[in-house]
Amino acid sequence: MAQIDLNKLAHSYLSKPTSESDFALQEMNLSWKDGHAYALLGPSGCGKTTLLNIISGLVTPSHGKVLFDGNDVTKQLPQERNIAQVFQFPVIYDTMTVYNNLAFPLRNRKHPEAEIRERVHEIAEMLELEDVLNRRAANLSADAKQKISLGRGLVRSDVAAVLFDEPLTVIDPHLKVMLRRKLKQIHARFKLTMIYVTHDQLEALTFADQVVVMDQGQILQIGSPQDLFENPQHTFVGHFIGSPGMNFTPCEIQNGTVHIDDRHIQIGPGYENLSGHFELGIRPEFLTLHNENIQGSHQVTIQGTEDLGNCTIVTVLLGKHSLKVKMPEDQEVPADIGFLEFPPQWIRIYADGKLINAISTENRNRELAQ
Amino acid sequence: MNKWEDNKAWFLVIPVFLIVAVSAIIPLMTVVNYSIQDIFGPDNRIFVGIEWYQEALSDHRLHAAFQRQLLFSGLVLLIEIPLGILIALTMPKRGWGASLSLVLVALPLLIPWNVIGTIWIIFMRPDIGLLGSAINGLGIPFDHTAASLDAWVTVMLMEVWHWTPLVVLMAYAGLQAIPEAYFQAARIDGASAWSVFRYIQLPKMRGVLTIAILLRFMDSFLIYAEPFVLTGGGPGNSTTFLSIYLVKQAVGQFDLGPASAFSIIYFLIVLLACWIFYQALLKVGTGDKQ
Repeated sequence: MAQIDLNKLAHSYLSKPTSESDFALQEMNLSWKDGHAYALLGPSGCGKTTLLNIISGLVTPSHGKVLFDGNDVTKQLPQERNIAQVFQFPVIYDTMTVYNNLAFPLRNRKHPEAEIRERVHEIAEMLELEDVLNRRAANLSADAKQKISLGRGLVRSDVAAVLFDEPLTVIDPHLKVMLRRKLKQIHARFKLTMIYVTHDQLEALTFADQVVVMDQGQILQIGSPQDLFENPQHTFVGHFIGSPGMNFTPCEIQNGTVHIDDRHIQIGPGYENLSGHFELGIRPEFLTLHNENIQGSHQVTIQGTEDLGNCTIVTVLLGKHSLKVKMPEDQEVPADIGFLEFPPQWIRIYADGKLINAISTENRNRELAQ
Repeated sequence: MNKWEDNKAWFLVIPVFLIVAVSAIIPLMTVVNYSIQDIFGPDNRIFVGIEWYQEALSDHRLHAAFQRQLLFSGLVLLIEIPLGILIALTMPKRGWGASLSLVLVALPLLIPWNVIGTIWIIFMRPDIGLLGSAINGLGIPFDHTAASLDAWVTVMLMEVWHWTPLVVLMAYAGLQAIPEAYFQAARIDGASAWSVFRYIQLPKMRGVLTIAILLRFMDSFLIYAEPFVLTGGGPGNSTTFLSIYLVKQAVGQFDLGPASAFSIIYFLIVLLACWIFYQALLKVGTGDKQ
């Protein structure tokens, strides 16, 4: 196990990249700490698989360095690095038994047979593959095959990290939950560094203690699931995490006073020195919709409701801006006209897609004063 | 309602049935008909029963031709399948190199069979042939029209040159169909090049190799045109394979009855051999016992 550092890492598949759009990965500095479970979350084509393949050595980055515990491994081949990777589609060695499949990575590295036996049985027990250990891998179901692939990734106890590239895509939904829980258990038991690539936010948020959100080759935010939910550093993160995503509405700020069109919205302290055009972001979960006009609420038109069984998603129109409100199932949805309340503590202000922190404004004031 | 008689589906089946009948069944039955008669002329024939079959089965020249044929087909499979796989493995996987090597490899397949015989006659001539005179120039006497071994070497070389490309193309297609993730996983697992071949490439090529083995066995077992042009079955009878012997008998001596009986036996041998190959290859590597 090791800490993995990415030092000024960038990658382009072109031989002579000229503009920023030629890069599959924009320059980044990043540390993956020993023993943590990370999720790498982003839409398809955002560069997360490229990043994973660079860490495992399947792709050599065009710029920058990859360090394992401070040692430069950028030019090393995957077999020279101590790393395991599990792929999206099950990769199994058809002609081998399940046991030999699991033992394969250890045998290639000349581990003693006794140790191999112990380790294979341990992994097989965890993944519930014991019954089929002596069967040929080729004749098993897709689920079982992917379990074998996972097993091959986990069987080596000395790896720097285990990388997962959307490993549960081909698995039945009910088994998905089970396997994800297994992976968490394995992580807790062996304290492996795990990096898990996915485009499914639920998978990322339930698996990892740190989630790395990527878009268009850039890392937008690294944080705990709660952090990503409550303080998205970027409007993309707000959109991407949560279902439905965060509401973003253009607003005017004049010395800390916020207006959406001509409606005054109350926000928390720390924005006093802010003036100009911004975006106001708030989670649908934190908006409240009332039947009657209470203090500080704004009249909205109800456009539609979606009943999800455990909650209701209401689309409302504030002036010409559309917002989503997530309401508890037991609360009654107003018929045509409702009154929307913006709790000030959950309002976030964004400029050019980036979060403006209330505290950082104070810092800026201090800087300006100096 | 009687499904057998009052079924309009018959009208849909009849055209196919007629085509198959005209193209395969009727000619085959004609041969069966010939094989049980002694034919002297169009209106002069005698029923002889299984006499021709008995004669064919006890014909020692036919036995010799059969042994020669088995040796030939065996050598063809032993050389062409591994060589084809080896060449396919070394070919570039993508880019212009892949297209170029495919075209180069496929060239021998595009040449008419009798022309191939002619090319090799000239190529192997001891006096003016490029290879023939080169070998003689090295001090090794070589003449495929005079020495049996030389004739065999020449026929084998020609056969390998002509038909290995087919195995290459099929093996190459099989290799290209393997998803990249298998090779990536093998690199992560620390597999050696031999392990990658043994546990990924070879098992994944099983389907195409089954077809390649069947095709090469059948074609080589039925080989006629190239050795006929190159050696005419000689020197002596040393390269007289089954079909050359058959044609000598049927066309050369006009012994239609014995030749027909021989044809039927020949057909059954090929059918049986293919069935055995197919059954065996279906089982290999699938983990089924038997």
